Amino acid sequence: MKEAWTGFNGGAWEKEINVRDFIQKNYTPYDGDASFLAGPTQNTKDLWEQLLGLQKLERERGGVVDMDTKVVTGITAHGPGYLNKDKETIVGFQTDAPFKRALHVNGGIRMAVQACSDNGYEVDPEVVDFYTNYRKTHNAGVFDAYTPEMRACRSSHVITGLPDAYGRGRIIGDYRRVALYGVDRLIEDKEAQKAATPDIMTAEVIRDREEYSEQIKALKQLKELGNIYGFDISRPAENVQEAIQWLYLAYLAVVKDQNGAAMSLGRTSTFIDCYAERDLANGTFTEEQIQEFVDHFIMKLRCVKFSRTPEYNDIFSGDPVWVTESIGGVGIDGRHMVSKMSFRYLHTLENLGAAPEPNLTVLWSTRLPENFKRYCAKLSIEYSSMQYENDDLMRVTHGDDYGIACCVSSMRIGKEMQFFGARANLAKCLLYAINGGVDEKTKKQVGPKYRPFTGEYLDYDEIMAKYEDMMKWLAGVYVNALNIIHYMHDKYCYESIQMALHDAHVKRWFATGIAGLSIVADSFSAMKYAKVKVIRDEDGLAVDYEIEGDFPKYGNDDDRVDSIAVEIVNKFMGYIRKNHTYRDGIPTQSILTITSNVTYGRATGNTPDGRKAGQPFAPGANPLHGRDTHGAVASLSSVSKIPFMNAQDGISNTFTIIPDALGKDDKVIAGDIDIPGFKPAE
Amino acid sequence: MKTGIIHSIESCGTVDGPGLRFVVFFKGCPMRCAYCHNPDTWSMEGGEEMTVEELMEQYEKKRPFYKDGGITATGGEPMVQIDFLTELFEESHRRGIHTCLDTSGTMFKPDDEEYLKKVDRLLEATDLVMLDIKHIDPDEHQKLCQRPNDNILKFAQYVDSKGVDIWIRHVCVPGITINKDYLFRLGQFIGTLRNLKAIDALPYHDMGVVKYEQLGIEYPLKDVKPATKDMAVSCRNIILQGVADVRSKMS
Repeated sequence: MKEAWTGFNGGAWEKEINVRDFIQKNYTPYDGDASFLAGPTQNTKDLWEQLLGLQKLERERGGVVDMDTKVVTGITAHGPGYLNKDKETIVGFQTDAPFKRALHVNGGIRMAVQACSDNGYEVDPEVVDFYTNYRKTHNAGVFDAYTPEMRACRSSHVITGLPDAYGRGRIIGDYRRVALYGVDRLIEDKEAQKAATPDIMTAEVIRDREEYSEQIKALKQLKELGNIYGFDISRPAENVQEAIQWLYLAYLAVVKDQNGAAMSLGRTSTFIDCYAERDLANGTFTEEQIQEFVDHFIMKLRCVKFSRTPEYNDIFSGDPVWVTESIGGVGIDGRHMVSKMSFRYLHTLENLGAAPEPNLTVLWSTRLPENFKRYCAKLSIEYSSMQYENDDLMRVTHGDDYGIACCVSSMRIGKEMQFFGARANLAKCLLYAINGGVDEKTKKQVGPKYRPFTGEYLDYDEIMAKYEDMMKWLAGVYVNALNIIHYMHDKYCYESIQMALHDAHVKRWFATGIAGLSIVADSFSAMKYAKVKVIRDEDGLAVDYEIEGDFPKYGNDDDRVDSIAVEIVNKFMGYIRKNHTYRDGIPTQSILTITSNVTYGRATGNTPDGRKAGQPFAPGANPLHGRDTHGAVASLSSVSKIPFMNAQDGISNTFTIIPDALGKDDKVIAGDIDIPGFKPAE
Repeated sequence: MKTGIIHSIESCGTVDGPGLRFVVFFKGCPMRCAYCHNPDTWSMEGGEEMTVEELMEQYEKKRPFYKDGGITATGGEPMVQIDFLTELFEESHRRGIHTCLDTSGTMFKPDDEEYLKKVDRLLEATDLVMLDIKHIDPDEHQKLCQRPNDNILKFAQYVDSKGVDIWIRHVCVPGITINKDYLFRLGQFIGTLRNLKAIDALPYHDMGVVKYEQLGIEYPLKDVKPATKDMAVSCRNIILQGVADVRSKMS
């Protein structure tokens, strides 16, 4: 066994790149409570203070502290950057200074230029010239291939948020590999994969060989990035501090290389804990030191930033990076996967305070240890900064070494990736079905010129038939637009370092999505259980609806309408599946507009459920605001009817509740155990 | 099969008994507590007629959520519809569902044997009674709720004699129930209940005001400020002193 691995239990992971096997053989499930945790060190407090100062400066300057306008970013494009070299135990920034945003151009030069100019910076004209006239970008490629129909759908927002001008993201490299194996071993592995390609040079084989070469190049640069910060990461990490540092450098290389819509971290806590347990047993580090490494690591993740335009931030209601870290879950052998490190990661909320990033996501199972559940509940109440995902549901498909990309997209780490596909606006599609493909806002013919509905009251069966046709059409345009996008992204903005941290043959999820589900379900419910009168404008276009009577609304655990929602999800997924997908991507669908629901609402006219033009959609699979009247469980129950197999890329439910409504405060209710002087009466 | 008149259902009850609960708000209540925050449940009018079967169907669909909880009957005063309530709880028990009765006890008739038989049957199917004692002092109670409290206190003892767990709830209203003597006496009384399991001192809030406006009723406690959580904590402590006092004399 390698010296760096002394003390670990051996296994298949020694012979092959297999992090899951390493974790399973070496992790220590932790059932205890949070009392072992250490508070922040003075250095941690000082560094955090410094960061808060930078955050303040950023707000004062209207969004950015500094932007690089000359150096095109890359893994080794910048020298080292520090907050305070003497105090940081985990180091590395995207550029040579904290909060200085890098110049990402491969996604699209126009977006890069605009992101700078909107913030008052000007990209070096030479760079602009080069990426306009000599080196093509992803964005340019896509627009060369788009059809007029695709462009029309894009402008009308019946398809929205397509990653055609920015990085697609949603790929998670297995950053743990760098810590466990060191980069040299990973290069060897990739060399072997390249050597093993078939001899007949089909387009696929050529592409594979080119990609392996790109990956090897990226790994070499990663090693160089280590050197820039003074680490030899060609070898495996030897202790917990190195393991975190190596892992972070791998992630850092990625966020230097790619400005993706979501740049998630994976599932690292219990992996890191194997090192922490070994170091604690050997007396290498104390609990306080280990917590300090974790605090500094999380602090770094909170500093990941990209240059983006105000429009982009508008879609996502903020400036999110989606550094999602998946914590907990249960192994397929039945042991839960909560370790002390799971607590330490969450504990950063207490040591550093609340923050939206990293997106700490608990893979929730009924079988998680009680103490951990309690700790999660406590932190959720205090910091409102955690996300929960249903591990019991996802483990069936993904096993026990998957992670979440962005907010809900699940994928096995290092074995699966996804082609991110934004969303189709199903509410607008319904209006197209009613108006024969004419957009209700621009009055342009966007969809096919099917016969519009001409009656006075919307007829459920007739509209459903028209809607099916319109969904079929939309699914076709949508999937084909995505085919173009991902072809071009692979060609001009390939994620070489992320893919270098994947197996040779990965499963590719072709992730489509839908918005407006609750609007569509309620609209059809209104047609079926009430009467919906059509109001037409002078051109005969249906522009508004009057509802006579009441109808069941999605979000109240009422099967009459919930079944419509399920039917729509199943149907649209079916239409998506009818299409050819790029690189044998396996189609999936998400219902997860967590923040962009406001933008979709703005782009969509009055809908037959009574929602007025411009009003926001419900986020994800939520009921429309104010329509769930039977309490949260009924609302969640409606959501839970949506079949995961047809919404495998995730179903989100945004849930806000004041802590007092979550249950009794310990201080107010005195249970039988804590009544002082309380002796049970005889 | 009987039907009940139901005001509404809260599928995510977190404060009305242990665990996550399916809370059924019954219509009808003869009390007129000055601080009542559900005046819309006083009359029997405007409720939805529901069968036990319908309620159970709704419960069963969400059953996994309630594994550490159960069903809570509240209102209004659920004991106004005691026959329906009993059927609901008996059916819940047949299905292994934990039952909790949130009541004011005001319907209790200690001298009516027929009625006591009904109460026996109800308590047989009840796992927990959350008894809301509005005021320990008879005169003050009459003023606050327009009803006497003697039968309410007898109800507490009756429930206790049947071996059913009891939680006592008490709303802490500045100037009305927040009073050392009253709170201590309340503690002395409930301390004698053998099956007392918890004391829930609730700070008075005025979130019901909107409903009064909608119903066109004048809000009786216009001049009373809401109580803070800290006030409720100190009230609870005084009640506990009363409990401790009487318990020390009991042994």
